[in-house]
Amino acid sequence: MKRTVTKSIVVGCLAVLASVPVTVAAGGAATVAPDDVAFTDLTVTAPVSAPPGDPVRGAEVFVSRSLGNCLACHEVTVLKKELFHGNVGPSLDGAGDRWSVAQLRAIVVDAKKVFGPEAMMPGFYSNHVGLHVDKEHAGKTILTADQVEDVVAFLVTLKE
Amino acid sequence: MTKSRVNPVRGVGHMGRTIVSKNEIKWGLSVSLFGVGLLSVGLLSVGLSIAPAQADPVDDTLVIDGKEMITRTAAPEGHPFKEVLSGWLFRTEETRALEADSFQNPAMLGVDEGAEIWETVEGTAGKSCASCHGDAAESMAGIGAHYPKWDPETKRPVNMELKINQCREKNMGAEAYKFDAREQKALTSFIKYQSLGDPMSIDLSQGDMRAWWDKGKELYYTRTGQLNLACGSCHEASMGKMIRADHLSQGQVNGFPTYRLKQQGLVSLHNRLRGCIRDTRAEMPKAFSDDLMAIEVYVTWRGTGLSMETPAVRH
Ligand code: HEC
Ligand code: HEC
Repeated sequence: MKRTVTKSIVVGCLAVLASVPVTVAAGGAATVAPDDVAFTDLTVTAPVSAPPGDPVRGAEVFVSRSLGNCLACHEVTVLKKELFHGNVGPSLDGAGDRWSVAQLRAIVVDAKKVFGPEAMMPGFYSNHVGLHVDKEHAGKTILTADQVEDVVAFLVTLKE
Repeated sequence: MTKSRVNPVRGVGHMGRTIVSKNEIKWGLSVSLFGVGLLSVGLLSVGLSIAPAQADPVDDTLVIDGKEMITRTAAPEGHPFKEVLSGWLFRTEETRALEADSFQNPAMLGVDEGAEIWETVEGTAGKSCASCHGDAAESMAGIGAHYPKWDPETKRPVNMELKINQCREKNMGAEAYKFDAREQKALTSFIKYQSLGDPMSIDLSQGDMRAWWDKGKELYYTRTGQLNLACGSCHEASMGKMIRADHLSQGQVNGFPTYRLKQQGLVSLHNRLRGCIRDTRAEMPKAFSDDLMAIEVYVTWRGTGLSMETPAVRH
């Protein structure tokens, strides 16, 4: 239902939702719990939440330091007005050409399931986490299911 | 929840035991992704086409108080890198210049304060540090470059902060400093400053130092927090890369306590380590806890041969 409210409210909601267990966050709408996400051939075919992802919101999640903070590790030319793009990971220019939607979803949900257990990239919708997670984040995924779909929708737009 | 204790270092042997060069490590990041099969072709083209803006540490010489610092040197045997590099080489020109000039280095105020504390009588024994140790320029020369040390009484390694507290309690009848008390940082800086330029090395043959080193090494490669990152993810596998606005160094300890421009003050080593761990979204271990002491022992060894730069300047 939150898809229908205005953008600023949505952003506010997202901040709140981020601190609520994900299955609840989607308001009972069809959301796949992190442990139930099905990986086949290094892809996740089915969306993890029902509403179609929104690339504009996805870009916000991508940039936000408290949400995706993807820029910490990735350069993206279309976001060059944002300062400080890291390069721990590859540039994501053209990611939408190189990968299918299902591959991108798999990478965002749990990069280690795609690149192997030694991959650096955190799993953004995964319970596979490190030791001693702090109280604020314990038992939660970095992104909600909706945010994952939004980020994936944004990644798809990164064509060269 | 599954917890991972996976060695994050790709292109490097188990627990970083294989010795590889800086370049091998850099390319190792993309090369190791080949093992993945299906998706590897896309990664190949991407991985190799990246030319990181600021990938390498600078080629520059650090001279402080007329002394040339060793900011790069051959790594000790068993080290994952061929060369160990001071964090100074990864900082901007302005930050490097601040450290090179002791008159401009804001941390020298802390060192001066430490010099005063050295002479100040405190506690029931009516003594100052100077009462027992005299002129620090002589008695403390080269001492700080070899901590942590094994302490036979407590059967643990002690770092400079703990050693100072032992002296205060046992010899001066004064209270131990609380973690990160201003005086603790000032006095630690003053004592370590007496080793400026001396190559760091610790004696692992004393007591159980080896076991602490082993534990520190294990922790160095143990991923923590919701972001699931280990020290080695950032300071080994990604050394030289940018993480947001930060140029990732090897995470060396030779400059501590360090003046941090961001925090506008002296920052102790354990404060820095706690900050790095917090950034993985993990609970922070307590200062001087077994975990942090083990990490200090191991990471100090990882910087063997680098000059002491206390008080360094970082961003
Ligand atoms: C802490 C660093 C880090 C963060 C944060 C991060 N990534 Fe990554 N990412 C990497 C690395 C490193 C790789 C290469 C595979 C690996 O080792 O994990 C990668 C790979 C990728 C790829 C495949 C790259 C290609 O070849 O096109 C995509 C897509 C991607 N990341 C998207 C994201 C998105 C979206 C986010 C945020 C929601 C994000 N990453 C956050 C480090 C990171
Ligand atoms: C998420 C990435 C990340 C992780 C994980 C991390 N660090 Fe850091 N660390 C940084 C950044 C960024 C800096 C500041 C830039 C630099 O010096 O590399 C830093 C700085 C340091 C410094 C200061 C270096 C200097 O020259 O002043 C030390 C020491 C250090 N880290 C040790 C560690 C240790 C030990 C661990 C594990 C317990 C660790 N770090 C984990 C990102 C990280």
